[in-house]
Amino acid sequence: MTELAGNRSLVTPGEILSKGMESLPGFGTFRDGDFIRASFLGLSDIKGRLVNVIPLSGKYIPKKDDPIIGIVKDVRFSNWEIEINSPYTAVMMISEASNGYIDTNREPLSKYFDVGDTVLCKIKNVEENMNIHVTVRAPGMRKLNDGKVIEVKSSKIPRIIGKSASMVKMIKEYTGSNVFVGQNGRVWVSGGNEALAIKVIKTIEQQAHTSGLTDKIKTILEAEGDGRRKTEISD
Amino acid sequence: MAEERPKYLIKAGKRLDGRKPGDARPMKIETGVIENAEGSAMVEFGKTKVVAAVYGPRDIHPKHMMRSNRTLVRARYDMLPFSVEDRKRPGPGRREREISKVLSETLNTAVFVEKFPRTAIDVFISVIQADASTRVAGLNAASVAMADAGLPMRDLVVSTSFGKIHDEKGKGHMVVDVFKPEDNWGMADIAYAKLPNLDKYVLLQMDGNVTKDEFFKGLEMADKSLDDIYKAQVAALKKKYMEGSK
Repeated sequence: MTELAGNRSLVTPGEILSKGMESLPGFGTFRDGDFIRASFLGLSDIKGRLVNVIPLSGKYIPKKDDPIIGIVKDVRFSNWEIEINSPYTAVMMISEASNGYIDTNREPLSKYFDVGDTVLCKIKNVEENMNIHVTVRAPGMRKLNDGKVIEVKSSKIPRIIGKSASMVKMIKEYTGSNVFVGQNGRVWVSGGNEALAIKVIKTIEQQAHTSGLTDKIKTILEAEGDGRRKTEISD
Repeated sequence: MAEERPKYLIKAGKRLDGRKPGDARPMKIETGVIENAEGSAMVEFGKTKVVAAVYGPRDIHPKHMMRSNRTLVRARYDMLPFSVEDRKRPGPGRREREISKVLSETLNTAVFVEKFPRTAIDVFISVIQADASTRVAGLNAASVAMADAGLPMRDLVVSTSFGKIHDEKGKGHMVVDVFKPEDNWGMADIAYAKLPNLDKYVLLQMDGNVTKDEFFKGLEMADKSLDDIYKAQVAALKKKYMEGSK
């Protein structure tokens, strides 16, 4: 039980990742005297001195600046309660809903966001007691009026995005759909070949732990799309 | 259960089922047995068969149990009506409530509870078939299920039992992983759990009497069998992600 787990290897909670004070415990790890141990079932990820573990399962835990897809659960006196596919619900204040001035005496808040609306938003702040604030006052964030939202496991989101967004870019190019990947495990697909885009995303979710995934997905896209590389859509 | 107390439970270093004192029963651990749950596991210790399912972190009910700085790991241990020969009255009774309490406390030590304030993690442990040592089998299942659920943990929890049983002369012998007759007719049985990597004991319960020397002799034997349980837990967790990657 004293061997070190290598980089990119499968580790279980308690396993030793690094020895000595040279390394620093990053995400998913903790220091136990001279050792750094894993706190998740996941893949070890050693970047120089920093030791991380990427969990392979688990619920979405909100992090500052994450782009997410929320659903309005309640319209309250001066804010909205937003469900974000996590153990915690988020709050959006009036000041975060619009760039302009909202007069609560003149118009109801439900004019902006009503119960059941789907909203692309960004996490503005996560307090220590897990009070979460979100905002739509960020580039590209808005209320959704079209397309489909599908749910996937939030731990598989990094694979759907790919290295420097390569995977999601490829899906956009081949299907002609507009795709927004929320960190909370919700993906919005709109326009183009929606059915193919959804099918591909589901495939990535199922095979997230396998290697050579980009090539596999490319073959599916080439075989089932119309074979032509569509022009890139800017978002 | 009108059976009479057997004249001996161990004779010439051999137990009633043919095991040596330090041998555990054949063991099997499997993950992902309940798809609806965040994480799940099944553990078999011989004829003892236990399933654990983990839900959460999620909203806590009743609300007065909510803690603003931590999550609560709540284990619910239950024996199903058909798990024993005589039908067990369904639902948790006095015994089940006590076991649920100690298992909850044990599991709380393994999880980083401060990461999820204001929530609960519910662990349901159901004994499908009981042949003694059900609480330790349940604890092993719960530990694997929690890791499978992606919860941040200090360590896995490994657990086993040991006991004291009589030979034909009435003398006591320490044995590992007690099964039904040894639990019913033995002189003592001890359930305990450990965080193997951190080398910390997190559960210790005893029924009956042993001397200090006997206790440490039994503990030493049981600690050896914990290594095998830990390895089986790790193998079960990794198996899910090893398949299909080649």
